[in-house]
Amino acid sequence: MSTGQDLRQRRSTPTAATPPADRPRPVRPRGERGRGASLLLHTTLSLAGLVALFPVAWIAYISLGPGTDDFLHPGRILGRASLSNYGYVLFHTDFFTWFANSVIVGLGTMVFGVLIAASAGYAVSRMRFPGHRQLMWTFLLTQMFPVSVLLVPLYTIMAKLDLLNSYQGLILIYCSTVVPFCAFMMKGYFDTIPVEIDEAGRVDGLSPFGVFWRLIIPLARPGLAVAGFYSFLTAWGEVAYSSIFMLSSDKYTLAVGIQTFVSEYSQQWNLMAAMAVLVAIPAALVFYLVQKHLVTGLTAGGTKG
Amino acid sequence: MTLAGIKRSYDRHWYAWAMAAPVVVVLGVLVLYPLGRGAYLSLTDATSLNVGRTIGMNHIPDTYSWVGLRNYTRILSGADHEFWPHFVWTIVWTAGCVTLAYTIALGLAVLLNRPMRFRTLYRVLLVLPWAVPTFVTMFSWRLMLADNGVVDTLLGYLHLPAPGWLSVPIWQQVSAIGVNTWASVPFLMVSLLGGMQAIPKELYEAAEVDGATAWQRFRHVTLPGLRPVSSTIILLGVIWTFNQFNVIFLLFGTNGADSVQILVTYAYQLFYGQQPQDFADSAAYGVIILSMLVVFTSIYRRWLARNEQQVAV
Repeated sequence: MSTGQDLRQRRSTPTAATPPADRPRPVRPRGERGRGASLLLHTTLSLAGLVALFPVAWIAYISLGPGTDDFLHPGRILGRASLSNYGYVLFHTDFFTWFANSVIVGLGTMVFGVLIAASAGYAVSRMRFPGHRQLMWTFLLTQMFPVSVLLVPLYTIMAKLDLLNSYQGLILIYCSTVVPFCAFMMKGYFDTIPVEIDEAGRVDGLSPFGVFWRLIIPLARPGLAVAGFYSFLTAWGEVAYSSIFMLSSDKYTLAVGIQTFVSEYSQQWNLMAAMAVLVAIPAALVFYLVQKHLVTGLTAGGTKG
Repeated sequence: MTLAGIKRSYDRHWYAWAMAAPVVVVLGVLVLYPLGRGAYLSLTDATSLNVGRTIGMNHIPDTYSWVGLRNYTRILSGADHEFWPHFVWTIVWTAGCVTLAYTIALGLAVLLNRPMRFRTLYRVLLVLPWAVPTFVTMFSWRLMLADNGVVDTLLGYLHLPAPGWLSVPIWQQVSAIGVNTWASVPFLMVSLLGGMQAIPKELYEAAEVDGATAWQRFRHVTLPGLRPVSSTIILLGVIWTFNQFNVIFLLFGTNGADSVQILVTYAYQLFYGQQPQDFADSAAYGVIILSMLVVFTSIYRRWLARNEQQVAV
């Protein structure tokens, strides 16, 4: 123990017993670290953060270079960085049409997908109806479907229903991919809401649907936010189905539109990079809007059977 | 069940069925029916040449025929020289990606799960690979890993040779696993972080009173507390990675890069990457993939049940 501390202690509590030099060193409480541990912690996390950030930052940097193969000579970009790629993408392509299409499909998937996933999740969570086990098993099963088995038959069905090249068709297909996971998650979330709330609602004269709509949905907002976010981002970033089912340029989503910059004849990587950045910004914004709920929403789904 | 029994069951459960119905209809039309249709195609010799189609005003009827299990025996006996190599690589790929991603995610979650400065900043950075759409990040990786791209340049500063990330088979496999791990860590990390916050603080306090070291607290409090989350996300991780179409498709395309094609992308290649398109074999591959996942899931769940653990399915 240092002399300074000894002095201070003696001055503040002159009558105190001798400093407890023989007491065992107190166990360091959780959440407190030595300087070395702290440095190590921050170094590790900064490095990991850098690895996570780098590819995203890189594409943003490349997008500033006006030449098509500037990505091979990144040093060149510094001297002549410009927003010309953005100007071209925004005003000389169908960007705004594609953007609107992506928003329509994304929101449609989100609203429709979350609604039906929530109602199914609620049914499975609260009601022991015959078939609820099989339903959960089917949800898991649909996660195992390889895209390639479904493509041909799906195309035939969509053609028969006249849903090719239409928003509704793509929204329906996306729902079939997002709904199982969302229903899972929502079921887990509903399981954490006490059943007494339902019972109180029923006593007060609400129908089962009324209970669901007026009491449970408002309580499940964090879970709904996560499910909605997951649906929106899945739709926003999906490539395989949209490339096959959206046939004309006025119906392309961003994921399809971006591929038009790279073909056998021309490879405009710089334009593709600029568009990639423009696509990523809204997705990242949506993500950070709900990220507050993300942890609670996901855990509830993960922990409760 | 008697008629009266059905009626009673209906009276009691009709609203439950009504709430589940929309999902059942959507999944039935868009997943189960196509599956049945695909399974049927896998028992025929359908290709793009003999499947019915409409050209202009003329409708050409189906001319493919039933061949029973011939596609399956040819694929599984190794006669097509494609299935087993792709199968082995798919297993390596799935095991590698899930193990790596889970370990890294667990490490990062442990580091993040404590009060410290810049915590929000770190979390925001670390979930970035998830927040940005896959086709954007995969495109970026493609530019970075290209010959003479930025990764090669960085290696050059360290006087290391550039291995040809996207062209030499073994390095293609390394970069595929690396990039997919990069992309899948955030989901696992966020789930584990959530799981950690659900572990009661009293357990840690009790462990501290008993004089447990940080490692012992991790080993005997954190890990058991995470078991429900872990078993679920590992199952989902295996299924998703096994079927991970986007990463390989966007990083390498379907043609060429044969050694890096997992079963799913190979089946897609049979479907789109050649003329005539081989519908029957592609569907047969799909059915085989699905059966393998179903078998894996059943075994996994039984194993969990034996260990008295829960999985959220």
